[in-house]
Amino acid sequence: MISHWSHDSQVKANELLETYPEKRSAVMPLLYIAALEHGHVTEDAMREVAELTGLTAAQVQAVASFYTMYKREPVGKYLVSVCTSISCYLRGADDVLAAIEDEAGILDGETTPDGKISVEHVECSGACGGAPAVSVNWELVEGVEPDKARELIKWLREADPEVVFGDEMQLLFGGQQSFDWGSKETEGAIAPLPAFGPYGTVKEESR
Amino acid sequence: MTTSILLDRMVAHPSDSHTLARYVDTGGYETLKKALNSMKPEEITAEVKASNIRGRGGASFPTGVKWGFLPPDTRPRYLVVNGDESEPGTFKDRMLLERDPHQLVEGIIISAYALDVHHAFVYIRGEYPKPARRLQRAIDEAYEAGYLGGDILGSGFDLDVTVHLGGGAYICGEETALLSSLEGRRGEPRIKPPFPAVEGLYAKPTIVNNVETISNIPWIVANGGAKYAAIGPETSSGTRVMSLSGHVKNPGDYEVVAGLSWKELIYDIGGGIRDDNKLKAWVPGGASAPWFVPDEHLNTPVTIDDIAKNGSMIGSGAVIVMDETTNVVGAAHRLVRFFSHESCGQCTPCREGTTWLERILARILDGYGRPEDIGLLLDVCDNISPGLAWPPAMTTICPLGPSATAPVVSMMKYFRDEVEAMVSPPPSGGDVAGGDRGGEVQFEAGGTSNV
Repeated sequence: MISHWSHDSQVKANELLETYPEKRSAVMPLLYIAALEHGHVTEDAMREVAELTGLTAAQVQAVASFYTMYKREPVGKYLVSVCTSISCYLRGADDVLAAIEDEAGILDGETTPDGKISVEHVECSGACGGAPAVSVNWELVEGVEPDKARELIKWLREADPEVVFGDEMQLLFGGQQSFDWGSKETEGAIAPLPAFGPYGTVKEESR
Repeated sequence: MTTSILLDRMVAHPSDSHTLARYVDTGGYETLKKALNSMKPEEITAEVKASNIRGRGGASFPTGVKWGFLPPDTRPRYLVVNGDESEPGTFKDRMLLERDPHQLVEGIIISAYALDVHHAFVYIRGEYPKPARRLQRAIDEAYEAGYLGGDILGSGFDLDVTVHLGGGAYICGEETALLSSLEGRRGEPRIKPPFPAVEGLYAKPTIVNNVETISNIPWIVANGGAKYAAIGPETSSGTRVMSLSGHVKNPGDYEVVAGLSWKELIYDIGGGIRDDNKLKAWVPGGASAPWFVPDEHLNTPVTIDDIAKNGSMIGSGAVIVMDETTNVVGAAHRLVRFFSHESCGQCTPCREGTTWLERILARILDGYGRPEDIGLLLDVCDNISPGLAWPPAMTTICPLGPSATAPVVSMMKYFRDEVEAMVSPPPSGGDVAGGDRGGEVQFEAGGTSNV
């Protein structure tokens, strides 16, 4: 086990290694855990995942470099992903991206000098009925108009939330939704990674 | 179109349709009890076959036939549920996962019992942490209640279910790429045969089915395959969840019975076109599908076979509507850019072809189009998929590359005049007009690709 990882990450990594019939299958979830530990998918992170799964570092790098969500460069505290695929494009996504770039003072693919905000355009977010869509640390906001997108960036800067909740952002900055979201989601994201239990990025909060 | 199989619970109980308590309260897991207590595995597979249900992920392959491909004697077998979604325009599996995850879990358990599977996986795209959390909570609840784990409900049947999150790669929706990814490899499609049913996950027999397909299984087993087959036309049985997006007034997921017309779907269910604009074209089945236009297709029926007969496909059931204000080159560029970005890079026609299609369309949008670009675009398409037919001829391991030709060929087929207008030299010989993308970059054909 990787001794400098948090206790929580070590426990989850162990569980993952036992979950799959073959250890290699744990590479992808372990890369998320390693990214959480290191801030992004560093060379050390890939070496550690290799050690855990019995692969070579090159094999792990081959996997990490294939998928867009494994960030091999530092990303901001808030990763703002603007969907610009066809349905969002038809509903004005390019204007949303431009507004976000302008408000954040950076271009698509860049991170603010204070390390707070990264902006990227992404391919289809699966929010086509609530286009245009934006996500922050993969928590989704639907029906985001350019003005609201600017407010979202300001809010991230000023409120500086430790956990981002999709429902909260939807209420403040969203509009048309793909479907009725139903009841409130109680979990959110604490890092620019998909907040899913095994990867240690979820924070329970009673709201 | 009042028949509802999948969405009743979430409509009636918006606040808690995703919880075990509500699921059980509305009859959930009763079918599982019936299946485990009184049905043999082969009786379940017979019902699924009788239902005529065809896969809801994109290929519309008959589920019962797929299940029948499993070699009888090889163990272990795996069931992998495809929740990678990702086809532009599609957001139905996201809703099924978020709003009614127990329906899927029950479908998984019944299917696994029928297929003699003891470890099932659900592969969910990385951009869907909330659907993954909802499903994981449902799975945790199911373990606690004894619906998962060892000796389920005293039947002696064991099953574990693992949720696996992807890393942001559309290609992993292709079943062999998905299996590569689940094995901890790059998400690269494999040559078929062998098909996954014979040699899939860890080279063991594996059934890969879409989230919506498996979500239908509890209803089919509860009510019988014949009853399911009786809903809708014979070869498009049951209901299906269609995702409407783009310039339609009421975008959303709608559960429909096949056989209605496109006019009914877009105007009655979708509420018509925003600002009461004119309908220009629509994509009938996700980004990969050739476009339809009102003059030819508005009154044709929405069934798997009719759409195929008219040269397209129902695919993932995603309908992307474009009104009269749409710049068709802009739309085609956006679709092609997607495929170019998502190409895994294994096959040259796809890797290079989608890159060049994207660049040529980009330069037309930027105002640097040339008259010969029309022939060039079609020539590149013809190199990716010779003959420009549908279903497309394949030069590649998987259909991603050929899919990228669909928007270009559709654009040329129906709106060639608009493309021609954009590539004509300005009459005065003066500066080119600024394009949609506002960029200044000009690409030269014949250069090297950096992909």
